Amino acid sequence: MTQLFRTSAGGWIDRAAPLRFTFDGRPYVGCAGDTLASALLANGVHLTGRSFKHHRPRGIYSAGVEEPNALVEIDRGPGRRTPNLQATQVELYDGLAARSQNRWPSLRFDALAALGAAPGLTPPGFYYKTFMWPGFAWKRIYEPLIRRAAGLGRAPREPDPDRYANRYAHCDVLVVGSGPAGLSAALAASETGARVVLCEQDGLMGGALRDETRALVDGCAAVDFLKQALEVLRARDNVQVLARTTAFGVYADNLVALAERLGDHLAAPDPSAPRERLWQVRARRVVLAAGAIERPLVFPDNDRPGVMLADAARVYAKRFGVRAGSRALVAASHDSAWLAALELHAAGVDIALLIDTRDAVAPRLREAAARAGVDVQLGTRMRGARGRLRVRSARIEAPNGARDVPCDLVLAGGGWTPTLHLFAHVRGKLVWSDALGAFAPDNVREDLRCAGACNGALDLSGALAEGWREGASAAVFAGFPEPAERAFRVEDDWPCAGGAPAQEAPEGEAYVDIQNDVKASDYAIALREGFRSIEHVKRYTTSGLGADQGKTGNVNASALVGALSGRAAAQVGLTTYRQPYTPVTFGALAHMARGALFEPQRETPTHARALAAGATFEDAGQWKRARAFPRAGETEAQAAAREALAVRGAAGLFDASTLGKIEVAGPDALAFLQRMYVNDFSGLAVGRCRYALMLHETGFVMDDGIVARLAHDRFHVTTTSGGAASALHHMEDFRQTEFTQLRVWLTPVTEQWATLALQGPRARDILAPLVQGFDLSPAAMPHMSVREGALCGVPLRLMRASFSGELGFEINVPADNGAAAWDLLLEAGRPHGLAPYGLEALDVLRAEKGFVIVGQDTDGAQTPADLGMARMVGTRKGDFVGARSLRLPHLASAGRRQLVGLRPRGPAPGLEEGMQLVGASAPAPGTHAQGHVTTVRQSPTLARTIALGLLESGRMRIGETIHALTPDGALELDIVAPAFFDPEGTRLHG
Amino acid sequence: MLLIPCPVCNMARPEREFRYAGEAGLVRPHDPGAASDQDWTDYLFARANRKGVHEERWRHLHGCGRFLVVTRDTVNDRVLQSVPA
Ligand SMILES: [Zn+2]
Repeated sequence: MTQLFRTSAGGWIDRAAPLRFTFDGRPYVGCAGDTLASALLANGVHLTGRSFKHHRPRGIYSAGVEEPNALVEIDRGPGRRTPNLQATQVELYDGLAARSQNRWPSLRFDALAALGAAPGLTPPGFYYKTFMWPGFAWKRIYEPLIRRAAGLGRAPREPDPDRYANRYAHCDVLVVGSGPAGLSAALAASETGARVVLCEQDGLMGGALRDETRALVDGCAAVDFLKQALEVLRARDNVQVLARTTAFGVYADNLVALAERLGDHLAAPDPSAPRERLWQVRARRVVLAAGAIERPLVFPDNDRPGVMLADAARVYAKRFGVRAGSRALVAASHDSAWLAALELHAAGVDIALLIDTRDAVAPRLREAAARAGVDVQLGTRMRGARGRLRVRSARIEAPNGARDVPCDLVLAGGGWTPTLHLFAHVRGKLVWSDALGAFAPDNVREDLRCAGACNGALDLSGALAEGWREGASAAVFAGFPEPAERAFRVEDDWPCAGGAPAQEAPEGEAYVDIQNDVKASDYAIALREGFRSIEHVKRYTTSGLGADQGKTGNVNASALVGALSGRAAAQVGLTTYRQPYTPVTFGALAHMARGALFEPQRETPTHARALAAGATFEDAGQWKRARAFPRAGETEAQAAAREALAVRGAAGLFDASTLGKIEVAGPDALAFLQRMYVNDFSGLAVGRCRYALMLHETGFVMDDGIVARLAHDRFHVTTTSGGAASALHHMEDFRQTEFTQLRVWLTPVTEQWATLALQGPRARDILAPLVQGFDLSPAAMPHMSVREGALCGVPLRLMRASFSGELGFEINVPADNGAAAWDLLLEAGRPHGLAPYGLEALDVLRAEKGFVIVGQDTDGAQTPADLGMARMVGTRKGDFVGARSLRLPHLASAGRRQLVGLRPRGPAPGLEEGMQLVGASAPAPGTHAQGHVTTVRQSPTLARTIALGLLESGRMRIGETIHALTPDGALELDIVAPAFFDPEGTRLHG
Repeated sequence: MLLIPCPVCNMARPEREFRYAGEAGLVRPHDPGAASDQDWTDYLFARANRKGVHEERWRHLHGCGRFLVVTRDTVNDRVLQSVPA
């Protein structure tokens, strides 16, 4: 198919380099330099998609990032299907395959449009009002239905095979946008040595300069000025120029995020090169030269394919050598649309009529139109557009009456909206400008300045001058000499005026937010419903909630809401723009942080041994922990049961290296621990240890562990695995800021020591022959004692302690010796029946004993007394962290939930952790929950289900029953003491 | 992401090296045992949550490890000053 709408010359495309592509399977040819949108238009294709909610046929509406309609899906193979790409932003390459979205079965005939997604059936608030009850229907009926009917592209299913890069950078001045203002800002800022980064979202630098064929800058064609300026910038080694790089977010302290697209525009991207690169740039000052976006006119059926922004059609003609149609009606309320009409006329587009809503315009405009032979009608507005899949005629209302004008293109130019998204990201203040008919920046920030069209300078000379001024000012701000002043001499500029935003809400399908299908009349409905704040109106109507964040519609929306509620647009304000300015791929945001690099993986010293033994693993924070060591044919549960029985019957070996370990040393170490833990350690002799509880200042248990006294002034303290960092942080906080007079130092040694727990009646028999330096006999080394010596020659810090209820030792050796010690102990233990065990068995063993796991049986709101540990709280040692809170009425009162054992009468497969405990077997809705289940385990030793829970006044209710609420009804449980096995604790003293 | 000057490391470092530690200037009662329930719960829970210039604690966790008192304007999210706690 030939490119019937391609002009014979001009533009930034290469007519000698044809590129083949397909759209919805149909082959076309474009040119190198085209976007998908310009190539489609060159082939006369306007219809590109169906709208989000109403499934209306839609066409290419703009030529830039504001494109609301022409969203396509591009498929480059498995995992490389990208939905919701704007055809205006997709650079054409040979072999590109694009598909339209949100239509079924085809773009030209869409069943949902025919069957009832019609605008009248889906008023604003539709989602809020229609799909309320019953609850189950939301998941099963409404959501799938809505997802099929509304919504844009389909997410790819395969993992993304591409690579993404990340780079941090620092600069003095970051210039966003390479149009006239950005270019001159970069020139000025870099002239005296400041480090400048200039980023441009398009592949081609220059912004509006690219399409400027009339005006002269310093006597040169604007395009030559652009080329020279870029040469100067590229030659400066303090300047980095980034094309295809969108500044999509500004964050605190001028951290600016840029997405650089490296591969998507290429026919055959290098598979080893990254697809995109995320830049995180810290800039002393940002100069925002992001330009402006043309405002649509609001009239019935203003969304028909063939209705387009006026300047977009001019850009297609100038930049891409494409006539967007054969015969255009140009509807203006701003001078820039006159330029569009004249330049399109010159490019061979027949201008049926140029209308302007204004009754009077500058005489030079009328003269220029007359010279070109373009018919003009003032005081005339759009009243509609005919044609379903392509516009056929425009209905206009002139002072002398309404009539239809046949045309295949309606070009609307309603003025310009400064692109201030990035300015707004850091809460820059916007002020209403009557001259622009839009919001403009107050532009007083030290760290971020606007220049050019985004600051309201729509003409070339204004943009160049402002860019230079802001660039120079930025260099000075960053500490560099002020560059000499430069005046740009611009001939044949096109000064602009006009552009009042929408003031009336026509009946019918007059769209304001085209992407999200929000009509002018919808704002009236929202106001009738009582919404006044523009933020509420936005959420009720969904105006501005699309992927384009209302780039074309927001100012019209504010003006319209103002007009409908008797307020000025300035009073209504704008909704908040948020990052990202344009959609960013998840790949770029994640960059290297995927898979194994998502976060660090911590492995215990015996990790390789567990892997080799076929262990199953659990992620506990960043740790990989062995859950069980199944043998051939065993399930994980069977393995855990066998391992638990081995510990009870002989011995087991567990890698407990994840436990947090802190060495507390100094003359005041004891005094410090006295204040950090509830226990009174004053009687703790050197060589002894104690189970200890740490509280938040609020009185609630935050961590537990063992405090072992190695010397008069030195302690080895363990914490939970998950709480290691926060326990240390908590202790450092009080050490540094509260108990500052205490001479004590904290050293985290978690990763210095491997900790192997050897538990079971045979533990001493296995260990004793391997230990040098002290005696392990019960008399010499009783339960809860600590010794230092050697294990087969390597340093050993041995604690006799038990989390299983059996005779047990916690063997600490230097981490590098951990794997060797593991091998040695397994070998030595084999004749005794020693088995390695994992977290599952550990959890069964401790549950049988009723030992709590902080974070499992507690949820941050338990006092020591709630856990049955009131006796551990030192009462004669004075103040400690959390002590005062324990006396607060609500912590000391009766009726608090207390730890209890819960025992079902028989097998209880439905009993789960987290279930609520209630008094009645058939509770009415709203019944008060008296507690909840915290642990459920199958005990192989007792051959039954056991559970722990927190229950109101639980300890007083031992012997009674309670009911757990399961999906299959209430399950009766006996309330018992939280110790199912060896409640006297005789075994651990063995 | 904030840049927080660390007076100990003597350089401004990105926020992710720090851990937030709540409002600064809270005074733990000298003798908590003698504090009234009201005074104690005020110490635990009452926060000024100022709009504008306020002081907050940050710990340079992935740096020197020190707790700092950072002065920040909550309106424009600018860090004005930072001293060791
Ligand atoms: Zn520091």
